[in-house]
Amino acid sequence: MTRGRDPGNGRQAPDTIERALGHWEGSASRRDFLKTSGLFVFGLSAMGAAGAARQALGSQPAESGPYRDPDFLQLDSWLVVHEDGSATFYLGKTDGGQGIGTATRQMMCDELDLAFDRATVVMGRTDLTVDQGGSGGSDAIERDAMVGRRIAAEARRVLLEMASERFGVPVEELRVSEGVISLNGDPARTVTYGELVGGRRFDVALTGANINQAGGVASVKPVQDLKLVGQSIPRYDIPAKVDGSFEWAVDVRLPGMVHARNVRPPFAGATLTALDESSVRDMPGFLRVVRKGNYVAVVCEREEQAIEAAERLAVTWEKPATAPFPASDDLFEYLRSAEPEPGSERRGAAPVQGDPDGALASAATVVEAAYDVPFQGHTAIGPAHAVADPSDGQMTIYTNDMKPYSHRTGIAEFLGMPPEQVRVIWMEGPQLYGRTAADDAGFEAAYLAKELGRPVRVQWMRHEETAWDTKGPAFAIDLRGGLDADGNLVALDYQARIANYAHVGYNQARTVLIAQLMGLRPDQPSPGGARGPDDMYHVPNRRGETRAVRLPLVFETPLRTGNLRDPNGPQITFAAESFVDELAAAADADPVEFRLRLLRGATDDDEVFRRARSIAVVEAAARAYGWDARPSPGRLGDGPLLTGRGIAYTYRARTTIAVIAEVEVERETGRVRVPRMVCAHDCGLVINPDGLENTIQGNLLHGISRTLFEEVRFDGETVTSVDWRTHPTLTHRDAPERIDVVVVNGDPNPDRPDLRPYGAGEPSHKPVPAAIANAVHDATGVRMRRLPLRPERVLAELAAAGV
Amino acid sequence: MQETTLTVNGKTHTVDVDPATPLLYVLRNDLGLRGPRFGCGLAQCGTCTVLMDGRPIRSCILPVSRTRGEITTLEGLPEDGKLHPVQQAWIEEQVPQCGFCQNGQILTAAALLSNSPNPSDEEIRRGMNPILCRCMTYYRIQSAVKRAATAMAGTSGEEDR
Ligand code: FES
Ligand code: FES
Repeated sequence: MTRGRDPGNGRQAPDTIERALGHWEGSASRRDFLKTSGLFVFGLSAMGAAGAARQALGSQPAESGPYRDPDFLQLDSWLVVHEDGSATFYLGKTDGGQGIGTATRQMMCDELDLAFDRATVVMGRTDLTVDQGGSGGSDAIERDAMVGRRIAAEARRVLLEMASERFGVPVEELRVSEGVISLNGDPARTVTYGELVGGRRFDVALTGANINQAGGVASVKPVQDLKLVGQSIPRYDIPAKVDGSFEWAVDVRLPGMVHARNVRPPFAGATLTALDESSVRDMPGFLRVVRKGNYVAVVCEREEQAIEAAERLAVTWEKPATAPFPASDDLFEYLRSAEPEPGSERRGAAPVQGDPDGALASAATVVEAAYDVPFQGHTAIGPAHAVADPSDGQMTIYTNDMKPYSHRTGIAEFLGMPPEQVRVIWMEGPQLYGRTAADDAGFEAAYLAKELGRPVRVQWMRHEETAWDTKGPAFAIDLRGGLDADGNLVALDYQARIANYAHVGYNQARTVLIAQLMGLRPDQPSPGGARGPDDMYHVPNRRGETRAVRLPLVFETPLRTGNLRDPNGPQITFAAESFVDELAAAADADPVEFRLRLLRGATDDDEVFRRARSIAVVEAAARAYGWDARPSPGRLGDGPLLTGRGIAYTYRARTTIAVIAEVEVERETGRVRVPRMVCAHDCGLVINPDGLENTIQGNLLHGISRTLFEEVRFDGETVTSVDWRTHPTLTHRDAPERIDVVVVNGDPNPDRPDLRPYGAGEPSHKPVPAAIANAVHDATGVRMRRLPLRPERVLAELAAAGV
Repeated sequence: MQETTLTVNGKTHTVDVDPATPLLYVLRNDLGLRGPRFGCGLAQCGTCTVLMDGRPIRSCILPVSRTRGEITTLEGLPEDGKLHPVQQAWIEEQVPQCGFCQNGQILTAAALLSNSPNPSDEEIRRGMNPILCRCMTYYRIQSAVKRAATAMAGTSGEEDR
């Protein structure tokens, strides 16, 4: 096979993919790997070591396509043992900074009986790693790494069988330690994994109806036998992120690569009526203006030239005939009065329990409250970006899209190319939290690269990212609750309106921004919708309904909704758990005690013991905080700072969480600070305690930011949140001084050998807004029912209440 | 286009670009550096931070022609092949999540500690406040700054702490 390359045709630099992969483990370990692996690494310079390993194993050629999908039912697709006995794991996952690679490597090394530093991980390359969907839903450890565990266990089983054959003894007489198999009776007789299969294929078929069920004959080890799991092993990606050597998706530079910038409509729903290319044609480095429908981009030789040309390009836009949306100040009134989309209630419906209306009618006390949560942006620290390379009639996209597989199929469909001619190479980028589930820049880069016939880099500007990224939907939520004469909650009615029509989905060829601007439309806009509150409370009469409301402009809108960290959870829980506090106050009960009563009102539980584990986290949080039981609000202080504490509890999938926030409210200014937080967290088996703690800390602070600062503002024509001043974020000054993370194992059988890990990437984000709002109420007696708790809003409420 | 000479991480480079080009693009696209990154282009976030004669500046808005003195990027922070104590502290505290902002955090912390070797919590908050992190690693950053301060005090041989 020849691997001819012509550097003149814009093909990637010899070491681009090598470097793209190299960022995972740092260059030193990669060099060591190559030196010792002894593989025949032809084509290495273009393919990278992992590709080379595949090449030698005859499993995945394809530097120049077609790019076939690795077969998830082959052990060789997941795990390669090299001649030196080290291993590479191939995972169809991506990492948004939560240390998924490190944690999965721990789990797989544990099952394989290999030292942590003897393995490397390759993630998120559609041509090399099996399609595990990339990331999303906080399920990387809970679901996908469990597949990895089973596969590593199977590899160990096969290796033991090979050794058994070699030594002529039954497997039972063998033992394994760090990749070396020895005879129980004669420890001097050993064979290494490398000697058994290094550089060769296992050729072992796996079973499983789908990728999530893939596995082999071997079963995984009991939790008690795991040695690496449970250790705070330092993340392998951090050193390179600290010394500047890490290569991100933003760093990809290819020979012949040019730079593009988009030109966005200045008004939502505007139509491009004229474009005067002569306004930029004579600028240095100018190459092309690309226009289709309302999509416009300028391409130049150099980056700064593209930025300037995009600013200077003379374009005329016509405003739409009707307003695209109400102004942000009128949004909630709009949501409550608009006719909801028919059929949208289905997705949010929870079965009605008992007779909520009857119980409310006969309740001793009825409490009602309305809560509002605005649109909030992802506002990643780095705006969207991607590089696409169209060489050889194929398309390679370098991107931080968290779902590289749907990115690939979406781009193939968008460009009208067969999927096997398209590959996506995921590289790390700024935090994702759902933003890169539909990475607009990758589609744009691929489109422009095809148009120009050379590699194109697309980089969004800040105003573009903040205004046009996908948004977490706004909510208007009305709650009614009924207490009996003893203060027991007997009825709860939750009615939500969500501004979530035409949800953008995952990399769909007709919903990404460029497609919308070109005039493409999905057959049916996704009506959106949301779940109701997630709690294990026992309320005999209960109803939860959510209806989606559409804003006038459905497509080409900067208010596109998408998944923002724990999609909808913080909004829903802000209302639900604030309201539980309102009910507790009406019952003159302590908020912790009131919640425990609701949790203990029933004794049944589900298969993962969510009720028991809910009780465990609420109790643990209260204990860790030093909670003094009393109704809220407390006695208001006289000083300039009012202090209080609040709790909120919820679950997300199988993880249970309780958060306590302590707040200080400045009487003069209305400014809220959160000096201390406690989070009790039960996500089952903990893989890497320090990594878990870092992830939870990030979740909590991101929650503070959304509670106190973040809101997408817009007038009736356009989004006016365009930068860090107009869509502010938490800064160093407002970070808590103290955070206590309490890891709880509330399983009724905490030592069960099959204890599973549950997701941790998002759950602890969810109760934060409610915990803070409850603390503000405890401190001031004022109930804040609208996010964010901007000082002027708090001050107005304080004034209204005479505080 | 115009030739501009600048000193970056101890080496002198001459580039031929529009003098108004922000330093950031020259560092990244002409000199191939990865530490400073684009975050806003508006001097609001600090992701593009580099040190100019030891002072943190925002390379996204500084025209390359106005560069003066010695530029240090994250890559140039280690001395004699040894990580700067701030970088070391970042690893020990396992600070980064995605890590995208950490260039600005680390360089700003290094500059803060060279001016104020033993900063109070309040000084750390104030000094670091202009550098945004959307993964919200602030808590660990502040611990790491303190750890680095302690380490630096130890190595500078101060006995009177
Ligand atoms: S990129 Fe320079 S301050 Fe944001
Ligand atoms: S670590 Fe991700 S932005 Fe700071």
